[in-house]
Amino acid sequence: MQAPLAIRLRGVTKRFGEITAVDGLDLDVPEGTCVGLLGPNGAGKSTTMKMLTAQAIADAGEIQVLGFEVPADSKQARALCGVVPQLDNLDVELTARQNLAVFARLYRVPRAERRAAVDRALAIANLGERADTPVDKLSGGMRRRLLIARGLVHRPRLLLLDEPTVGLDPQIRQELWALIDALRSEGTSILMSTHYIEEAERLADTVAIMDRGRVVARGRPAELVREHAGVQTLEVYGPPARLVEVREAAESAGYRVRQTGTAIAILGAEGANGTLPEGVSRAASLEDVFVLLTGEQVE
Amino acid sequence: MTATAARLRRRLHRLEPAAITGVMSRDVTNFKTFWKTTTFSSILDPTIYLLAFGLGLGTIVAAVQGMEYVQYVGTGMVATAILFSSVFSAMYGVFIKHRFQHTYDAILAAPVDVEELVTAEIAWLGLRAGLYGAAPLLVTMLFGLDPSWGMLVVPLIGALTAFGFAGLGVFAAALVSKIDHFSYIQSALITPLFLVSGTFFPIDELPQGAQIASNFNPLYHCVELVRHAVFGFETVDLFHFGALIAFALIAWRLAIWKLEQRLID
Repeated sequence: MQAPLAIRLRGVTKRFGEITAVDGLDLDVPEGTCVGLLGPNGAGKSTTMKMLTAQAIADAGEIQVLGFEVPADSKQARALCGVVPQLDNLDVELTARQNLAVFARLYRVPRAERRAAVDRALAIANLGERADTPVDKLSGGMRRRLLIARGLVHRPRLLLLDEPTVGLDPQIRQELWALIDALRSEGTSILMSTHYIEEAERLADTVAIMDRGRVVARGRPAELVREHAGVQTLEVYGPPARLVEVREAAESAGYRVRQTGTAIAILGAEGANGTLPEGVSRAASLEDVFVLLTGEQVE
Repeated sequence: MTATAARLRRRLHRLEPAAITGVMSRDVTNFKTFWKTTTFSSILDPTIYLLAFGLGLGTIVAAVQGMEYVQYVGTGMVATAILFSSVFSAMYGVFIKHRFQHTYDAILAAPVDVEELVTAEIAWLGLRAGLYGAAPLLVTMLFGLDPSWGMLVVPLIGALTAFGFAGLGVFAAALVSKIDHFSYIQSALITPLFLVSGTFFPIDELPQGAQIASNFNPLYHCVELVRHAVFGFETVDLFHFGALIAFALIAWRLAIWKLEQRLID
């Protein structure tokens, strides 16, 4: 039997005037797993996240969150969800502890348990020593940890993370990855939108790649790479004119090709047997799949 | 589950006290960081007004409607304090929390609906303005106003008036697209309401048209009620109460309707 679903979306469509932000989206998040929603800016990731908490209402389709129909029973679903927004919306004049205490109440943590819940969240965020510091005196990394802890103060069954590490230093990002990974291993279901490929690759059990409001590919990161990008990618460097030649030659030989900034990447190069130009060979990556499926040009 | 059953279930969960007090607890916690400045200006403002109008203008105007002018203005200023405390806090506070700080996005991700959010914001601002609205009365007592039992009702009149004006402020905050547009509301609506309410001069000296129009000014009803609370209630006060209740209900629903349009895509 299939595992129960924490999130189930069928044919979900959301339009803003002429623009269709989400276009017949199907998406499943099985309980206890982490699903990464990967896509370029404007793919519809944030709109999808907002529809899950009924902060945007779908024009068509079905949404179920933890078995509750959304938007009809969204409030019950929201009580069991933790949300970590892309934008920092902490109360900056309040201390870390006060921020958590307010949300413990909003998430209906019983009065007798609130203090313990706040202490637990402070420990998760590793902010025990800064508990009584106003938020505007905390560093960017601490604020982001507090934002995540705020979403966890009521021990949610499902965590919605919208671009959890956008704009952060690599050190802080890795710290947050460890935190998210620990939550997943404790059985929390997670839906995480991101446009950082490495983030999806490291944290997600399965990845759904979104483009123009639809899922264009889904699967385990390694399977997606094998299926769409093969095993080896060959990167050929050279001046721009040379790169144009390389690209044309590889394409006419039937290879899939992408530009990687300063080089041309030739995908599926494992079976070439010396027919390709000199270059640096590397393992195919999720980034190759991502660019292949969502296009080289950013709109 | 059928759609009707789902709707029914949701209906049962509207306006939950836990959600409303939760949002208010956020307001209270924040207020603890700035109560000193609020208290300072709510005491100093009426003192300055009373010195200027009461003592300054009072030298030419001895008595109005049988009261010393300083007492007339002092009791009228209660309404001004209530108005400013509620409508401006609601306008600027809600606009900033909604557009700049994105506080409401976080609150609505929790089990709180827009209806509960707006109700809580109005309730908090109303109660706060009711309490701080009594400050001019205390200051006027220093200028010779005798205490009376009716004064104890003034915070309740203040809160009722402030529910309406806080609702109007939330509605305005949801209506405007830029914070500068508050100038239109302030100059075209708030200032006239405030000046032609019977705070500084009696309405019954005005042309009849203005007298009829002032019945649509909630602040006029508040001014009348406060004076009557201090100097003795009259039967007409039931009408004033009714007008303030109607204003509060209309402003509350307008605020919910407009902010929901803004907050839910």
